Amino acid sequence: MILKRVIIDRLSGTWMVTALAIILMLPLIIGFALYLKASPLFELQSFSQLIGSSDWSPTNGNFGFAPFILSSLYVTILSFLFAAPMCLFAAIHLTQFASKRLIHVMHPVIDILAGIPSVIYGMWGILVIVPFVGDVLAPLLNIKSPGYSILAGGIVLAVMCIPYMLNMLIETFNTVPYGLKEAALSLGATQWETVKHVIVKKSYPGIISSFGLGIAKAFGETLAVMMVVGNMVQITLNPFEAGYPLPALIANNYGEMLSIPMYDSALMFAALILLVVILIINLIFRYFIYKTQK
Amino acid sequence: MNKRKKAEENIFRILTGFASYSLIAILGLIILIIFIKGYNALSLDMIIKTPKGGYYYGGEGGVLNAIVGSLYIAFGATFIAILVGMPAALYINVHLVSKRRTQNMIRYFLDALWGIPSIVYGAFGFTLMLFLGMNASLLAGIITVALLITPIVIRTFDEVLSTIPKGLYEASLALGSTRTEMAFKVMFKQGFSGFITAVLLAFGRGIGDAASVLFTAGYTDLIPTNLDEPAATLPLAIFFQLGSPIPEVRERAYASAAILTVIILIVSLTARGLSKKYSKSNLK
Repeated sequence: MILKRVIIDRLSGTWMVTALAIILMLPLIIGFALYLKASPLFELQSFSQLIGSSDWSPTNGNFGFAPFILSSLYVTILSFLFAAPMCLFAAIHLTQFASKRLIHVMHPVIDILAGIPSVIYGMWGILVIVPFVGDVLAPLLNIKSPGYSILAGGIVLAVMCIPYMLNMLIETFNTVPYGLKEAALSLGATQWETVKHVIVKKSYPGIISSFGLGIAKAFGETLAVMMVVGNMVQITLNPFEAGYPLPALIANNYGEMLSIPMYDSALMFAALILLVVILIINLIFRYFIYKTQK
Repeated sequence: MNKRKKAEENIFRILTGFASYSLIAILGLIILIIFIKGYNALSLDMIIKTPKGGYYYGGEGGVLNAIVGSLYIAFGATFIAILVGMPAALYINVHLVSKRRTQNMIRYFLDALWGIPSIVYGAFGFTLMLFLGMNASLLAGIITVALLITPIVIRTFDEVLSTIPKGLYEASLALGSTRTEMAFKVMFKQGFSGFITAVLLAFGRGIGDAASVLFTAGYTDLIPTNLDEPAATLPLAIFFQLGSPIPEVRERAYASAAILTVIILIVSLTARGLSKKYSKSNLK
């Protein structure tokens, strides 16, 4: 009887450890597999050439990732500029000013926003944002734009990242001790002054981390962006022009990748860039959060 | 001076309030557009028929193949994710309970893992598939999505498990239970609300994700009957139909999007309701 229980204990213990070990090894395995697949590319071109060159002609064996990397950065930064102030204000409102009833409504709202699949955001972008950019915003500024543009991608991405960043910001603001706030208020500070000088200051690391993680999330988002961004290989500073972010490159070309030599290596290299960049950003800012939570 | 203070206070109250109310407006706008657009094209045929000949030129049929494919993949992946994620979360909270540093390290890595975008999982799934000599199939899709959602299961479940008072499992160990018995009979029961949330969250993520199944699950007009057959998925059905130049087909993309949104809403609201229901009966 006791033996049976001990055996079961051992077995399930092993099962638990194996499961955890597999999951923790996952990033390494993924990274290794992608590197292995991408490695033929490194024999063809040097690393700096791959990153820095803007010559993208797979049929000739030229793989310059610069247009894609720059597009990705551009879309990400734009989305961050739209989403960050909005999230910061909303988080302040929800943790400091809002009524209980509003908070009650907002929780499911944020949950649902976070749960909507990226393809739905993409479709919404095509139906709302693309016409808005192409037919309203561009003529207003006297610019010609097809609507499918970096700006449209940035807006859609911003909406997608809002629930993600907002959740983390709310958590950060909620960890500020209540006593600090009371102290500031009792010294005669107004509510807003308390927020400005105490709450925000105290949560500085948390805010930075939330923003950083939001950027990482935006950088890797695929389908929604790909549907509205236009997908043209070019380097441009004009947000009304089309872009071609890295994830879109991978998703758009998986069909052809086995028919052109080295093409699959190139796409796996793109995935490897995404993995490494996002993992590093995540590890840095998560570390920040853990340090400050102690 | 006082006037300026007051003005500043008011301005920012309005500004921050505007930010939160506009979130509700955004969600409303998204849902409204999806359903208004979807309503016109939504018919019973969409839900109960697979694509017939000429479907992609505006012919007869529906997206049953994609609905069933998506459900297969989401259920399969959630099942694997539970098999791997549930014991892993229990291990963190049972066996490692006295090692705070290790616990935090593991949580830290899992959180970082959660941040990896699904397209990377998709690309990895694809290399794995080639390596094992498989074709794009239901099984490959399930495995890829499972990898994607397992960190979600672990972290969400773990979040609830970590709030369980220590005295509870000290009591159970003191009564002579093994750690496994304690894990499954005490911890699992106490954290059941977290388990439900974790599973439904993962399911919702799995059914809505397109980038990971794009490479691995393939696409077909038939309902898959075997694990090695390709499977259509709802997000991809929306994506492909939306790219069509024919208006009727695009209309169907809107209808498919409405179907997917309804599924997601049901899952997400059920998760809320169930987790509330089960956390009520917990010992505090």
